[in-house]
Amino acid sequence: MNRFSGFGLIKQAFKHQEHWQRMWRNPTPKKHYDVIIVGGGGHGLATAYYLAKLHDKINVAVIEKGWIGGGNTGRNTTIVRSNYLWDEAAHLYEHAMKLWEGLSQDLNYNVMFSQRGVMNLGHNLQDMRDIQRRVNANRLNGIDGEVLDAKQCQEIVPIMDCSGSTRYPIMGASWQPRAGVARHDAVAWGYARGADSYGVDIIQQTEVTDIVVEDGAAVGVMTAQHGMIKADRIGCVAAGNSGVLAGYAGFELPIESHPLQAYVSEPIKPILDTVVMSNAVHGYMSQSDKGDLVIGAGIDGYVGYGQRGSFPVIEHTMQAIIELFPVVSRVHMNRQWGGIVDTTPDACPIISKTPVENLFFNCGWGTGGFKATPGSGHVFADMLATGEPNTLSQAFNYWRFQDGSLIDEHGAAGVAH
Amino acid sequence: MFLIHCPYCGEHREEEEFHATGQAHLPRPLDPDSMTDEEWGHWLYYRKNTRGVHREMWVHAAGCRKFFNVARNTQTYEIYATYKSGETLDLPENPTVTETGSILNMAHGASDITKEQSS
Repeated sequence: MNRFSGFGLIKQAFKHQEHWQRMWRNPTPKKHYDVIIVGGGGHGLATAYYLAKLHDKINVAVIEKGWIGGGNTGRNTTIVRSNYLWDEAAHLYEHAMKLWEGLSQDLNYNVMFSQRGVMNLGHNLQDMRDIQRRVNANRLNGIDGEVLDAKQCQEIVPIMDCSGSTRYPIMGASWQPRAGVARHDAVAWGYARGADSYGVDIIQQTEVTDIVVEDGAAVGVMTAQHGMIKADRIGCVAAGNSGVLAGYAGFELPIESHPLQAYVSEPIKPILDTVVMSNAVHGYMSQSDKGDLVIGAGIDGYVGYGQRGSFPVIEHTMQAIIELFPVVSRVHMNRQWGGIVDTTPDACPIISKTPVENLFFNCGWGTGGFKATPGSGHVFADMLATGEPNTLSQAFNYWRFQDGSLIDEHGAAGVAH
Repeated sequence: MFLIHCPYCGEHREEEEFHATGQAHLPRPLDPDSMTDEEWGHWLYYRKNTRGVHREMWVHAAGCRKFFNVARNTQTYEIYATYKSGETLDLPENPTVTETGSILNMAHGASDITKEQSS
């Protein structure tokens, strides 16, 4: 792999930018791999990268039915934060945050991670009590956080209506300065390039049509394009389609798939240099480097695989955004799209062994998987290398829905639902 | 925007009046005392996550406030039929939209998508 550098950029400029190395190969799959990862999104590619880099597992394949990063990795609103309430979730997301902070250097690829801060607004007294509780819990876990009042919110975001005369007046917010945004495509590409440089085969346009199970143990995957590919261990990281894969292996997951949509406006001059989220009026917004406003909101209430969102949600989101930022009321929306999120009953992921031996699942990230990409890949790589969960991932096991040890992050952590 | 036929009101109304409440036909356990943790877990948390024809319960929240069942395709978003709580409805293998069903309005291009998948 050619390393990217400023010097390299100048050198290529003299060659008319025509001799850049391909970022990853397009290999023909082998008959057998040590580890197969089903799903070439950010989490799957991160898993492959850390498997190869930290665990010397280089006989690894990532199988993707479309193209890498074409699913939810390229469909989210790119927010990264770690201000979760419960210890288990906070430790996992903070682990990811620490990896984010060195990710561009680690990958030698600019993921444009910008720690511009995330603000979670409170609109009533109970919101403020919850915010205080969560910020205290964050600080006890070594995660930065502050409680702001309405005046401080106004100082950070001058365009926000903090007047107190709105339907849902802004009373304050939690503020995580280390949080921010990252370029989502770059994350997928950077991990793919990194994994490929260690020898991982990234196999695109190949759909897994069955998981082959013999005597209670998974031995390989059946693909539509390349037939059976054998593996010692299989890791499924397929977000909204995880339930379908679990069905192939003969068990069920406590997951429901819902469409979650996002919107991008026409580019405008810089007006917002942070991320603002509100659960009560239900919308969140940031501004990308190109100048367009990146807006998201809640999921559709019903199960759906349509990769598009419903019209009532668009309307509610726009109402919320205009309530918070009256100044953007005449900005046009350029694009709208939907991704399929895999939600669990407790809004926490499943990173776990399964009833089938040698088959592992990393799914159920629901509405907030992007922020965890490096941490998720890191702990799942550890699980695929050793066959056992580590201290960070063991709480997120599949059996918590039977023994009752749920990690109830629903709403508690400012999760936008 | 779905147009949903409420079997109690007898009319097609817009989605905004309704609220989806999850999988339909989930009877409460008959003998709760004898259930294992695993069975409780399944009853509480495991839901069918069908890609295709799905049965779900909706409530006419801004109307008669009654619960009813919907047979809907989760991929094409066609609603094949709606029927009252407590009733069952058999659908053929390749169901078609009945009188109580609806097809999404053209803004979503639902009919195009259906064509794409059948071709």
